[in-house]
Amino acid sequence: MAEITYRDAVIRGIAQEMSRDNDVVFLGEDVAKAGGVFKATVGLYEQFGPLRVRDTPISEQAILGAAMGAAMTGLKPIAEIMFSDFFAVCFDYIANEFPKSRYMSNGQTKCPLVVRTGNGAGSRFGAQHSQSVENWCMMIPGLKVVAPSSPVDVIGLLAAAVRDPDPVIFLEHKSLYPTKGEVPDGEIVDKLGTAKILRPGRDATILALALMVPRALEAAERLKAEHGIDCEVVDVRSLVPLDTQTILGSVAKTHRLFTVEENPRLCGWGAEIVSIVADEAFYDLDSPPVRITTPHIPLPAADILEDIVLPTPERIVDTVRRSLQG
Amino acid sequence: MATARNSAQAAPGSGLNDDIGEDKRLALYRSQLRIREAEQRAFDLFLQNLVKGTSHLSLGQEAVASGFAEAMQKGDLSFCTYRGHAHTLARGVSVEKVLGELMQRDNGLMRGKGGSMHLTSEEHGVMGSYAIIGAHLPIACGAAWRAQYKGDKDVSVCFFGDGTTNIGAFHEALNFAAVWKLPVVFVCENNLYMEYTPIGDVTAVPHPAADRAAAYRLERIIIGGNGADVVYRTAQKAYAKARAGEGPSLIEALTYRHSGHSRADPAKYRPEGELEKWKERDPIKIYRERLKQFGVGDKVIAGIDAEVRKEVDDATEACKAAPMPPLDILTTDVYADGGWAWRN
Repeated sequence: MAEITYRDAVIRGIAQEMSRDNDVVFLGEDVAKAGGVFKATVGLYEQFGPLRVRDTPISEQAILGAAMGAAMTGLKPIAEIMFSDFFAVCFDYIANEFPKSRYMSNGQTKCPLVVRTGNGAGSRFGAQHSQSVENWCMMIPGLKVVAPSSPVDVIGLLAAAVRDPDPVIFLEHKSLYPTKGEVPDGEIVDKLGTAKILRPGRDATILALALMVPRALEAAERLKAEHGIDCEVVDVRSLVPLDTQTILGSVAKTHRLFTVEENPRLCGWGAEIVSIVADEAFYDLDSPPVRITTPHIPLPAADILEDIVLPTPERIVDTVRRSLQG
Repeated sequence: MATARNSAQAAPGSGLNDDIGEDKRLALYRSQLRIREAEQRAFDLFLQNLVKGTSHLSLGQEAVASGFAEAMQKGDLSFCTYRGHAHTLARGVSVEKVLGELMQRDNGLMRGKGGSMHLTSEEHGVMGSYAIIGAHLPIACGAAWRAQYKGDKDVSVCFFGDGTTNIGAFHEALNFAAVWKLPVVFVCENNLYMEYTPIGDVTAVPHPAADRAAAYRLERIIIGGNGADVVYRTAQKAYAKARAGEGPSLIEALTYRHSGHSRADPAKYRPEGELEKWKERDPIKIYRERLKQFGVGDKVIAGIDAEVRKEVDDATEACKAAPMPPLDILTTDVYADGGWAWRN
């Protein structure tokens, strides 16, 4: 057991998989000699050499296209897109190529690859380097989409993603890189498609993802201490596949549902979950489900502006309290 | 046998025992004719409303597909565009499988799940036909990267049209392949038109591929794409270079499509006489003459013609008789577990 950062967990997760399987290769911009702009790949180039850890030009289409061609023909590439906002310049691969080749070829084509990317706000980078793009990815049949919130989940879910035979979008939250957590020694392999109940509770279910998870946990502690409201916090972790059973089970127990989403409001992941709950667990609910999201605006750069648009523990506390106590 | 006969009758200075040889020449002829007959049949079946959706024919461009495919070894990989019937057939995929896919039948190459623009047959090295312009150039780089990494000796060959040279992925892939020295061969089929617009109207250089080669420190290669022998020799050279670890090639093959861009296009934008001029340089016509020059008898040629027509006729009948795909394949192969489940 050791306490490590989310950033170091990325390094350890990639290293674990590259040590296990020579077919795992890694490419991206500034990832090799420089160790990544977020320093989340430091030492991999030294450990695995220039044939397996490769710097690329600033060519996002070439990065993802090359990862796909390598995956189709026998390798298991991990590709880094530095900021998830840049998905927009290589979205053809994410939307049209990775997820559709198996289907269109009637099962002939495989695409076992992982796209790692720095997702999310909090770094004051403004509207083109701060977005939460999980909803861009979730809507595409054929992709899997994962977003860990803790170091141990980074390692375990990254290992599961690399071993998965489908294309997986692996969203690392930029603001979580310096955060720390306990990680067991030895190999860690988790399972895609599993949500985790991080804090059991009786009065309401709070679903959260990535950076919103620690905020939901903090809010739950305050709701309990200050208002006597006992919330269950569920880390969704994997949007596709989606662990609906854990979510429905929690709602059946608490009868109230809140989602905490960093993505802008329209078509956020919470909307899909609320619709599932409305379809399948409507009579379990004691009150309307409530979505706590970033508003439908581009993200501003200034501290004071960015802080106010993202869901905060205060906003979560306030929303849950008003819903339960009026 | 045939070689001895033909050696005796070979045109002066270009005997049949040259680098290509009779067997390969007959294969090149058969390949081009199969494409011609199958594409013409696809057009006829479209007029009968038996080919649905869109289709992009390679009538007139057969020599490029056949020349590059015949120079490949088993294990070499083809990456094609939506105008990919020719390249798929050239790797040996049956006419029935291709027409079946165009006719949306259960006997089609992908049982109707892909359609004309996405022909794929991995067992033949056809690693997909890509309908988003330029997408497959980086993908071919990735397959070549795998070969380089694993020490495999196969070459990835990527075909695309002149219009592709103006999209970003073309330039990303060329630079990437050159910097990583990948065993990939990029083949631009310059048929003079970007869909409906003359390529010269929208491109800053006269030769859309070759004139960009210098930007990636690649050789400027332009060939006549309607002569299968020239295409074949060019391919051999590029493949040898790739296999030797000397990096990518970019080849611009000049050719012309006899039909419109897609089934929706009657190609009225062409200047008068242009099509007729190019039809004089019809690759099938050229190659028939070439075979005769090398002493191949009319009987041999007629025999191939009859065999190819029979294959296409038989395939047509088989496809007409084939059932439509069953509805239960709708949700198969979305994910690697064979299904489509996105939730528990």
